[in-house]
Amino acid sequence: MIKLTEVTKDYSRRGRALDGVSLHVRKGEFVFLTGHSGSGKSTTLRLIHMADRPTSGEVRVCGFSSELTSDREIWKLRRKVGCVFQDFRLLPGRTARENVEFALEVTGSSRTEILPRANRLLAQVGLSAKGGAFVEELSGGEQQRVAIARALVNDPPVLLADEPTGNLDERASRGILELFRELNASGMAILMATHDLEMIRAYPKIRTLELSEGRLVFDSAAAPAPAGRSGG
Amino acid sequence: MHAMREAMAAVRRAPLLTALSAAMVALALYVVGLFAVVTFNLHEALSRVEERVQVVAYMRDDARDAEIDLAREDLMEMEEVESIHHVSKDEALRVAREDLPEFEDLFAAMEVNPLPASLEIGLAPGFRTPDVTARIADRLSIYPFIEDVRYGEEWVDRLHLLQRIGALATTILGGAFAVVAALIIGTAIRIAIFARREEIHVMRLVGATNGFIRRPFLLEGALTGLMGGILASVLVFVSHALVSRAVFRLDWIPWEWVLLGIASGAFFGVLASAFAVRRYLREV
Ligand SMILES: Nc1ncnc2c1ncn2[C@@H]1O[C@H](COP(=O)(O)OP(=O)(O)OP(=O)(O)O)[C@@H](O)[C@H]1O
Ligand SMILES: [Mg+2]
Repeated sequence: MIKLTEVTKDYSRRGRALDGVSLHVRKGEFVFLTGHSGSGKSTTLRLIHMADRPTSGEVRVCGFSSELTSDREIWKLRRKVGCVFQDFRLLPGRTARENVEFALEVTGSSRTEILPRANRLLAQVGLSAKGGAFVEELSGGEQQRVAIARALVNDPPVLLADEPTGNLDERASRGILELFRELNASGMAILMATHDLEMIRAYPKIRTLELSEGRLVFDSAAAPAPAGRSGG
Repeated sequence: MHAMREAMAAVRRAPLLTALSAAMVALALYVVGLFAVVTFNLHEALSRVEERVQVVAYMRDDARDAEIDLAREDLMEMEEVESIHHVSKDEALRVAREDLPEFEDLFAAMEVNPLPASLEIGLAPGFRTPDVTARIADRLSIYPFIEDVRYGEEWVDRLHLLQRIGALATTILGGAFAVVAALIIGTAIRIAIFARREEIHVMRLVGATNGFIRRPFLLEGALTGLMGGILASVLVFVSHALVSRAVFRLDWIPWEWVLLGIASGAFFGVLASAFAVRRYLREV
């Protein structure tokens, strides 16, 4: 589903953002990507939805390779990979429903389909009642749900989330996580960048990858359980 | 649908810029249009002149009929010669009186006919060129009874030259305005792209095709060009009507040319915005 092989990313002058990262996220898997600020989490996600290209190494996502996919083909990949961000990136001055409708319209849904599908997506993220509210009138958690609904317009097999709970309080964060778990239960692979260790600890069954200074330093699926726990 | 709505929205967002772009396109096409009118009329005049391309050989009053007949036979054998018309002194005077009625008094008062008799040599189709005319004229001047040979070479050459000067001026002026028009359209597109940058970001994120993202901007360019083309047509039409009424009568160009002009305005608009889109879409 997602496979990085020896991926290195250099940003000119400022040095290396990723250094020989190899990782594999399987179909339907839920994975946390953690690490300190500047460790390369966002860079990894950007490479996966091909907003950027690796300096060396290969990124493979849903049958698209960073080495073979041209810029004009990236839209095909984007329909397989939904993306949400810490800052939501909703269109201001529009309602929740209009934001979802916009995404449906620009990806070629037919006129008659758009409204029912937007309503269904809003229901899926638990926002049926707020569809008519303007983005500015929604709480952070609600805005993130709209962003998630928008990310689902193409029914993608993969969802990338870059610190989706970074701007949310504890309760709202939990809500988003539960929504992700539902989506994951229905078969969607999710890769979520977060530096919220509390949250990672709250979901010990979710596989966790850790980056440090651009290197992958920990994979809970490969590593033995932390000493403290196995000893107890 | 989406593209049309977006393009109209862009026009409404920056109406002044759109108007300016359209005006510049109009100016460029106006210059070209004026030239088209002039060229068309020159061309018409040329073909009219060419139809009448003839060499006129004025004869001495003492030319003898036998001499003249011999020369006619000789000339008729040339393939370039289509017809030879003998204009007698009387006939020349009659024609002159018909053509210049305002000098009737003068003609009536004349005791001797001052006009020479002449041979009007018509050229066969395909030979009505300055070259052939000059050749025939040379040939005629050999005959001793010929006093003078006239032909329209200068006129024809001058028309050809005018046409060339006009084309050059049009290319330079029209080209300069076109460049300015392209720059303004580019600016308008850039502003439209900038105003839409959040939407464009979302479109890319959810997988709208590049064509879909570009289309509204190309359409905006097409609309601008179309407006420019229509405006230019109106301006050329009005100019033509004014000159026709006040200065001298001009033929109106074929309507196909007008349609072609408007279409090329739209095409130019698309081209200019395609260029701008390629350049600026990457920046957002
Ligand atoms: N566009 C860019 N140009 C130059 N350097 C960049 C760019 N994007 C990221 N970097 C650098 O790459 C490194 C990794 O950045 P990245 O955003 O991936 O970190 P992160 O793990 O997401 O951090 P955070 O937790 O703060 O979001 C940083 O040193 C950053 O300064
Ligand atoms: Mg980040």
